[in-house]
Amino acid sequence: MTTGPDDGWRRLDPRTVLAAAVLALGGCLAAGVPVLLGQRGRDTFPFTVGLVGTGVVLLVVAATIVEYVRLARTRFRVGPERVELHTGVLVRARQGLTRDRVRTVEVSADPVLRVLGLATVRIGTGQHASTTGRPLELRALRRPEAEALRHDLLERTRVGVLSGTPVGNAPEAPIPRDATLAVLDPGWIRFAPLSAVTPALGVAAFGSLLQGSDWLGLQQTVLDDTAALALALGAVISLVVGLVVVAVAGTVASLAVFVESWWGYRLTRESRTGALHVRRGLFTRRSTTLEEDRLRGVTVVESAVARLVGAARVDAVATGLSHGKRQRSDPRALLPVAPAAVVDRVVAEVLQEPAAPTTQVDLLAHPRTARTRRVRRASAVCLVPAVVTAALALAGADGLWFTAAVLAVLGLGAGVGLGRLAYRNLGHGVVGRYVVTRHGVPGRRTVALRRDGILTWTLTRTPFQRRAGLVTLWFTTAAGDGAYGVYDLGVEQAMALAAETLGEQFTPYLDDARTAAAPERSSVAQKGGSAVA
Amino acid sequence: MLPQGGPVSGSAIPLRPPRESLDPRARLWWRVHGLVWPVLLAAGLTGLGLLFPSAAWFLPAAGVVVAVGLLVALLFPAYWYRIHRWELTDDAVYTRSGFVWQEWRAAPLSRIQTVDTTRGPLQQALGLATLVVTTASSKGAVRIAGLDHERAAEIAGALTRATQAVPGDAT
Repeated sequence: MTTGPDDGWRRLDPRTVLAAAVLALGGCLAAGVPVLLGQRGRDTFPFTVGLVGTGVVLLVVAATIVEYVRLARTRFRVGPERVELHTGVLVRARQGLTRDRVRTVEVSADPVLRVLGLATVRIGTGQHASTTGRPLELRALRRPEAEALRHDLLERTRVGVLSGTPVGNAPEAPIPRDATLAVLDPGWIRFAPLSAVTPALGVAAFGSLLQGSDWLGLQQTVLDDTAALALALGAVISLVVGLVVVAVAGTVASLAVFVESWWGYRLTRESRTGALHVRRGLFTRRSTTLEEDRLRGVTVVESAVARLVGAARVDAVATGLSHGKRQRSDPRALLPVAPAAVVDRVVAEVLQEPAAPTTQVDLLAHPRTARTRRVRRASAVCLVPAVVTAALALAGADGLWFTAAVLAVLGLGAGVGLGRLAYRNLGHGVVGRYVVTRHGVPGRRTVALRRDGILTWTLTRTPFQRRAGLVTLWFTTAAGDGAYGVYDLGVEQAMALAAETLGEQFTPYLDDARTAAAPERSSVAQKGGSAVA
Repeated sequence: MLPQGGPVSGSAIPLRPPRESLDPRARLWWRVHGLVWPVLLAAGLTGLGLLFPSAAWFLPAAGVVVAVGLLVALLFPAYWYRIHRWELTDDAVYTRSGFVWQEWRAAPLSRIQTVDTTRGPLQQALGLATLVVTTASSKGAVRIAGLDHERAAEIAGALTRATQAVPGDAT
């Protein structure tokens, strides 16, 4: 049943139906059991049990039938030229993509699929996600079959199409060992709680506690107990206790998320194809392969706290990586938050450069007017609470003037501090094959973008920038975010950076007088505010 | 300083202006386009003002809306016409646009994926078209709005032929 005799059309693994049934049952139990617990002890309880039971059976049967029909109507073919997928229960869909356009193949398995020895295969092309929509998804195949398919698709792209070698004649060499670029160091888990989402996870933990107590019909009790406890402890102590509880819960949750996401992490370079391969995940195993010639650079992400301890995450800037909102894990991640030395080594090895372009140069600072803009902007945002309080005081609320004054001082301090930090985090430079741009507050992102991967340049200027003598230079690319900006450059700096990054792709557009004088690479004006009048 | 395009106020950007201006009818297009909303708004205000005596002050408000709309439609398109320029070089499409939010862009032919023309109803009535040049980047196509539609079709054809001659998948 898995393979048909006709023209290489294949089918998904029938156990996928079982997986769907288990998932549906799990969902029903998660919804039904709390309902039953809440109804316990009422007269109508037996009736409710019957109702819920019937509902569960019907839903599971329905899900199973739908999945069975989907499987029966789904077939796919991996031909010499194309990969085709025919599917759809109500609406028939025929997806197809050219094999030499296949850029990424992701093999993943949620816990149910793993137990059944199955895996989902997602095949992405170099096309940007927004132009062709979803990647081609095969859910699900037996795990060895999925791995073989992944290997076959990427291998063929490289061997059969790019170098023109007939695949049949390729000698069956023993598979060489893949080079390992990084494996999980359990110590890295200490960086997990340093994320900005940790407090949010703590609050979420309390939220799920309330939700759980609601299922048990105890929500009011929990709320009452919490309120009574807070009253007994007094405002200050209960605030402190609350913060500690949120921090502890957030830390535990972030550790759990880290373990689930990064368990068994290993970054390798496949020796035959040069493709990068990321494997990770505890319950849901993810395995992403990224062809070498799809890579356009990397992003080094330093969150505010992680930066204090010298740690950062590495993301790939690559074409054809699907990063839809639906996806739980970011397929762009190459390295979890790790110490700077590891980051530098991995960046260098991923880009196959002797040293990481992201740290190799001292990035050039931007004009002072850029700092003024940042300080003003940050102060304006930080002064909002003070302004609101002052407005209330003006409207007649008593005793708020003092609060407003305190908030104004604090806001101004925070604004100036953040603005200055944002300015310090601005920087740019050209290192060999890469252009490097850095920005952000309170954390910062450093992007190293391959210069030959740049599609177009765009120079933009807002009215505010015009007064300050600043411009923003954008490099668009087929990869990652689509465009990477170098914000608030001096006019002369922008010209120098664009000329150095793009050479002949930019210089013809300089003023006639300039083109005659052949633009110098190096003379970067540090004071871009004093641009030509 | 910028002989063809006229000066751009503020500190000058040392980039040369693209050679070609848009079709002169673009000014009319902008004028009509810019008047559509003020006129609709003014019509609504007038209707309400006539129906409800308490809303009589809507009538002068409608007058102000139309006056401002007319002023903008009369004064600005001439400016915009000087600012918005484009050029097809041997190996790239080069554009300048934006009166308040300024933008300069160049897309090399080797990076172009598709070239289309689109025409709204008003553009059709005026014989104009918008040329849309897309690259593999998800961030914005290069658009040249307000070309003569036959000229736009010609350019689209020429660009398509030129980009097909360049090998690679433009990523």
